[in-house]
Amino acid sequence: MGAKNRISLGVLVGGLVLLPLFMRNPYYIGVMVFIGLYSLITIGLSLLMGYAGQISLGHAAFFATGAYTSGILTTKAGFAPVPAFFTAILLTACVAFLIGIPTLRLKGHYLAMATLGFGQIVYIILNASVEFTGGPSGFGEIPRIQLGSILIESQISRYCLVWSLVILVLIFSLNLINSRVGRALRSIHGSELAANAMGVNTSKHKIQVFVLSAIYASMAGSLYAHFVTFISPSSFDLKFSILVVTMVVVGGMSSVWGALVGTFLLGLLPELLRNFRDYDILVYGFVLLLIMVFTPEGLIGLIDRLKGAQEKRSLKAQAKLS
Amino acid sequence: MSGLNRKWTVVICLLAAFSLLTSTCTKKKEAYKVGAIFAITGPASWLGEPERNTVQMIVEQVNAEGGINGHLLELIIEDTVGDETKTVNAVNKLIEKDNVLAIVGPSRSGTTMAVIPIVEKAKVPLISCAAAETIVEPVEQRHWVFKTPQKDSDAVIRIFEHIKSKGMSKVAIITGTTGFGDAGRKQLKKYAAEMGIAIVADETYGPGDTDMTPQLMKIKATDAQALINWSIVPAQAIVPKNMRQLGMTIPLYQSHGFGNIKYAEAAGEAGEGIIFPAGRLLAVDSLPDDHPQKAVLARYKKDYEEKFKEPVSTFGGHAYDALWLVIDALKAVGPDRAKIRDHIENRKGFIGTGGIFNFSPEDHNGLTKDAFEMLTVKSCKFTLLSE
Amino acid sequence: MGGSGILQLIFSGITIGSIYGLVAVGFDIIYNCTGIINFAQGEFVMLGGMIMISLVGAADLPMWISFPIAVFAVTLIGALFERLCIHPLKKPSILTLIIITIAASILFKGGAMFAWGKQTFSLPHFSSERPISIFGATILPQTVWILGFIAVVVLLLAFFFKATMVGKAMRACAANRSAASLVGVNVKEIVLLSFALSAAIGAVAGIIIAPIALMDYERGMILGLKGFSAAVLGGLGNPVGAVVAGFLIGIVEALCAGLLSSHYKDAVALIVLLAVLFIRPSGLFGSLEASRLKKF
Repeated sequence: MGAKNRISLGVLVGGLVLLPLFMRNPYYIGVMVFIGLYSLITIGLSLLMGYAGQISLGHAAFFATGAYTSGILTTKAGFAPVPAFFTAILLTACVAFLIGIPTLRLKGHYLAMATLGFGQIVYIILNASVEFTGGPSGFGEIPRIQLGSILIESQISRYCLVWSLVILVLIFSLNLINSRVGRALRSIHGSELAANAMGVNTSKHKIQVFVLSAIYASMAGSLYAHFVTFISPSSFDLKFSILVVTMVVVGGMSSVWGALVGTFLLGLLPELLRNFRDYDILVYGFVLLLIMVFTPEGLIGLIDRLKGAQEKRSLKAQAKLS
Repeated sequence: MSGLNRKWTVVICLLAAFSLLTSTCTKKKEAYKVGAIFAITGPASWLGEPERNTVQMIVEQVNAEGGINGHLLELIIEDTVGDETKTVNAVNKLIEKDNVLAIVGPSRSGTTMAVIPIVEKAKVPLISCAAAETIVEPVEQRHWVFKTPQKDSDAVIRIFEHIKSKGMSKVAIITGTTGFGDAGRKQLKKYAAEMGIAIVADETYGPGDTDMTPQLMKIKATDAQALINWSIVPAQAIVPKNMRQLGMTIPLYQSHGFGNIKYAEAAGEAGEGIIFPAGRLLAVDSLPDDHPQKAVLARYKKDYEEKFKEPVSTFGGHAYDALWLVIDALKAVGPDRAKIRDHIENRKGFIGTGGIFNFSPEDHNGLTKDAFEMLTVKSCKFTLLSE
Repeated sequence: MGGSGILQLIFSGITIGSIYGLVAVGFDIIYNCTGIINFAQGEFVMLGGMIMISLVGAADLPMWISFPIAVFAVTLIGALFERLCIHPLKKPSILTLIIITIAASILFKGGAMFAWGKQTFSLPHFSSERPISIFGATILPQTVWILGFIAVVVLLLAFFFKATMVGKAMRACAANRSAASLVGVNVKEIVLLSFALSAAIGAVAGIIIAPIALMDYERGMILGLKGFSAAVLGGLGNPVGAVVAGFLIGIVEALCAGLLSSHYKDAVALIVLLAVLFIRPSGLFGSLEASRLKKF
């Protein structure tokens, strides 16, 4: 992890610790909880999209696998939430591995379609296997998480849990990027052919990062199930897969920080737009459009560009002085 | 600070003071805040739209008549987009930020189920406008939750009773894979077994499907004597059209979700003769004058259709009943969440558009199967089924 | 179920599949010129249907006048969309462009919600509604209209691409943008044309399906999804493949719903699609060579 990342991480942790002190209202904390859940997924997606150059329009399926495994195990099989959480991870990893082997051989839009198709199939199964999943009506009464003597029920306890997890995942991902694996991934993004020629086992690395991103989504799913305590297929449809991909692209794919920026923005935007009433859908679309037209490399790209301009200016100033 | 700036500051301060003064003068008593959450946009917006229109209309009427015991009614309306995460955020906002006394909505069963744990914990009365029975059952775990639409099971019972009265015993069911269709499918299967009716075909279709002839072909090949379609738009208009194309002549029953004349219009000729259970709102014209609901129904229909220039629907009626229940409670007990809840739970003989509500600690819906009338479509109009 | 039953299912599959195919052709045209998947394609279909319904229903115009007006209106919307949102970008990545089309689809959908409200609308059939009986199975006259329109659209497109200068320029762009630019093709104009053309085709699809499927502002997404499946199955950039794949998906869905289980019909169609992709990574009629040349 470079110095820049350490500073950014410090700023993030500081902000997260200070936030509840200033925003006492549980409503705002509740919004932050959902942003945390989304962040888990988008960090993984940004590894997959930004570093390995692979797209997935089916991550709602992994989010769903996590949520439904946790939900079903705790309500029907008598599991405690924590073991269910890890079982869900294991199951999702297996599913992602099996799906990844044939799927990741595809490229570009064909890969997008294959992941989208996989996501839709999972969605249909959730709807159709009524006895098991409750069908379109979903099911509730999912127990809350008990950590030692603490019951994760209040917004603030959820906030602490989900963001601790986000920080852990973030540190792990940042370390991964700067490791051998990370360099291999970036070489795939640059040119898969060249990477292969240099002796990088591209298909192995692609599947590894695909499984990792699925595991992150599964974690988010399990937490979602225990937080909301009710799940139904409509939360895991194609719209969700598109939303998380949009978050990553809007933030910028050049780093995981971009994913976080995009998640914050698109997670907060609907809440900020509540005053627009019915027009929120138009404003939302318009804001999205403007961001992409004016900062095609994502918001993080805008920040880099501003920094670049500033550096240039200070260089010029120095030049003048000398 | 420059002189200009200082001048502006003084002006702004004066303005602020003035507005504060006038507002405290005109506002005699603190307004009652009530929250409303409907699927105003998104896939169920055809539900949320009449609901939102209805509650806005009621607020205008109530405040024009001086409010509730001198308090104005302030309604804070939020959009669920039919999405569970957004609904959870919206309800948290209504409770924690706006501090509402009660909440009307949401429109759909799934979004309602997602917010029940929140209102139970925060102890805020919620009057849902969604159909599923699990919203108010088991009632021990639904201390703060009520609902105004009639029960799915009562609709199923009315349909099966009618089928049996015609001497039929074998039916085919076709349902949409939405929360509404699924809840209906479960009740249909449950009561078919209890009422001695055989389900000979059980088909489904997705919410975006536009052609149900394959499913209907399968049903045609069985010996079903009647077909029950349980879904929301647009399938309710497509199924009768497809049946006509295939030359199927068995009677078609639909659910109480058919409660908008526009669907009958969309089905055109093929829609003639569809039988379905519905609240009396849709057949108010053919209701006798001495019927206890007549006055309420006629007033709502007239007000709504004059104001919004569109035909009234039963969905708006559910919101009408829900908000009036809250207003009724506010009038009686004032701004206290627990007292409002207790008042609604013990309310008897409340005349709404959906029926006459008799709530009790055991029943948070308060309606029986008598809330339904069997209706049919005759020359593109809803009329009471004569037999 | 006898032979006539199977035939009935195939008719049903052809009706719905033809629409998938037509939507897929729209995807292909834009993909060929830009390499992007236009997520707003389904919204063009919805807009075509809705505008037609307004012209026929509210403005009381006859069908044959409303039809070209509706198609023209949507074509204009497609062209405007390209000029305002795609054209200004200098060197956009494919993913950026795709997200822009997603944003546009949200805007189109929102606009339609305000313009028409949230109800479902119906359009009169082009001719009688009396089913035609063929070998014991029935088919609606509207289906015949749909098939007729598809045939006309495909033939016109074939003529356009093979015999006109502009069509040839579009094909040149599809094969190699920079090479086309070198030989004097104005690539930017061709991109504009591709959006206009696929908007027009989308509008036609929306208009001819509206009498059977009805129309509402939310319908675009699901039609777009099916159309995308057909475009990929047929091999991206191959309009004939798209139409064939559309029929294939429609028929698989109908046969599955009629013979196996309606609960899993969409899943079966998708599994078939995935299986094809795993065996032929560029779809049924796509060429691996061509897809290697694409940026994405």
